[in-house]
Amino acid sequence: MKIAVTSTGKTLDSQVDPRFGRAAYFIIIDTETMDFSVIENENVAAAGGAGITSAKVVIDTGAEDVLTGNCGPNAERTLSAAGLKLYTRVTGTVTEAVEFFKSGKLTEATGPNVEPSFGMDK
Amino acid sequence: MSNQASVWTNDMLDNFVIAVASGKGGTGKTTIATNLAHYVARLGQKVQYLDCDVEEPNGHIFLKPDIEETQSVTIGVPEVDTQKCDGCGKCGQLCQYSAIICLKDIVMTFDQLCHSCGGCMLVCPTGAIKPKPLNIGDIEFGKAGDIDFVQGKLRVGYVRTPALIKEVKKHIKQDCLAIVDVPPGTSCPVVEAVKGADFALLVTEPTPFGLNDLKLAVELLREMNLPFAVVVNRYDIGNDEVEKYCKAENIDICVKLPDDRRIAEAYSTGRIIIDVLGEYKQQFSRVYEYLQSIKAKFDEKKRLRVRQKNNP
Repeated sequence: MKIAVTSTGKTLDSQVDPRFGRAAYFIIIDTETMDFSVIENENVAAAGGAGITSAKVVIDTGAEDVLTGNCGPNAERTLSAAGLKLYTRVTGTVTEAVEFFKSGKLTEATGPNVEPSFGMDK
Repeated sequence: MSNQASVWTNDMLDNFVIAVASGKGGTGKTTIATNLAHYVARLGQKVQYLDCDVEEPNGHIFLKPDIEETQSVTIGVPEVDTQKCDGCGKCGQLCQYSAIICLKDIVMTFDQLCHSCGGCMLVCPTGAIKPKPLNIGDIEFGKAGDIDFVQGKLRVGYVRTPALIKEVKKHIKQDCLAIVDVPPGTSCPVVEAVKGADFALLVTEPTPFGLNDLKLAVELLREMNLPFAVVVNRYDIGNDEVEKYCKAENIDICVKLPDDRRIAEAYSTGRIIIDVLGEYKQQFSRVYEYLQSIKAKFDEKKRLRVRQKNNP
């Protein structure tokens, strides 16, 4: 299964990025093999609509689940429209997040957990 | 020559649009704009006040108008006919605001992010996208005594500020002095609000923050070729850098208002300063006379141009 984790860096030791739309990187991981690829997020400094565009980037990778810190309503709407499962309030390193996910300890978000533009000044 | 000058200064300030702007927020734009409107109305002259600070219009707190009419303002946002859409994704690739996005077989739209450029409708090869109206705010019309009152009110959560300001400004009257209360800053809403004005008053305060933002506002107005003068509010706080700057840049300071606690008290209870503190009529009279002299210069230039045209 392929999942996407927002990350502050390019490795699995990096911290989970608390922002979805303006995350520094998206790490796409195969949960069985732990093989991963890194996508640098071009929407970090977007004027607006970062959440939506980032959601499209993640959707296009074929990931089925998204692990992040905070996710606003526009990104959430986009991800759920494409059938992706969203997990918010995830912290720690990317590896820890994946382990947590695999152990079934994460609960799926029922909606956005922050307002639009939450990650603008972070 | 002096006779002519006095004739001009007796001229009514009609057919004249002034924008009250600032750069920095909280310097006293609305205080200056509403008090000037009151002062001019008391002279028996027709005056119109237009609140273009549509994200948070507050002139009404001081002018207390009776609102007689409300118009809703709509813009066109895309609506997708899913039967016609073949999911090519061209609309989403074009949109710079992510207001429309194509995911495999679904197209999603985000009305609040749309800037109504119509690009998605143009690039759609199957004609699946049509505009639908979206209400972005209201324009209210009323009377505050003899002052004609107009204000724009943007809907909370909507970002189409310039579009609403543009609509508000369509209601500028010709036969009076029109005072446009401009939002703070130097971004798109400010450009839209000052556009087409005859003259601008830049209200500032003599602090490093006031000066920094004043410089930005001056840069903007010069770029737009809009003549302006400065009003220094709370002139006895901070330092003299604003005055030095104006002198060096050859910018008129048309009036200065002191940092008077009683002004702050009147403001905090939504009152007009010249109502409560009569002595400040003098300052607004100075602004009025200054604007008259400016208009006289404009009119003279116009006359000269006409004369040159007729007698080449």
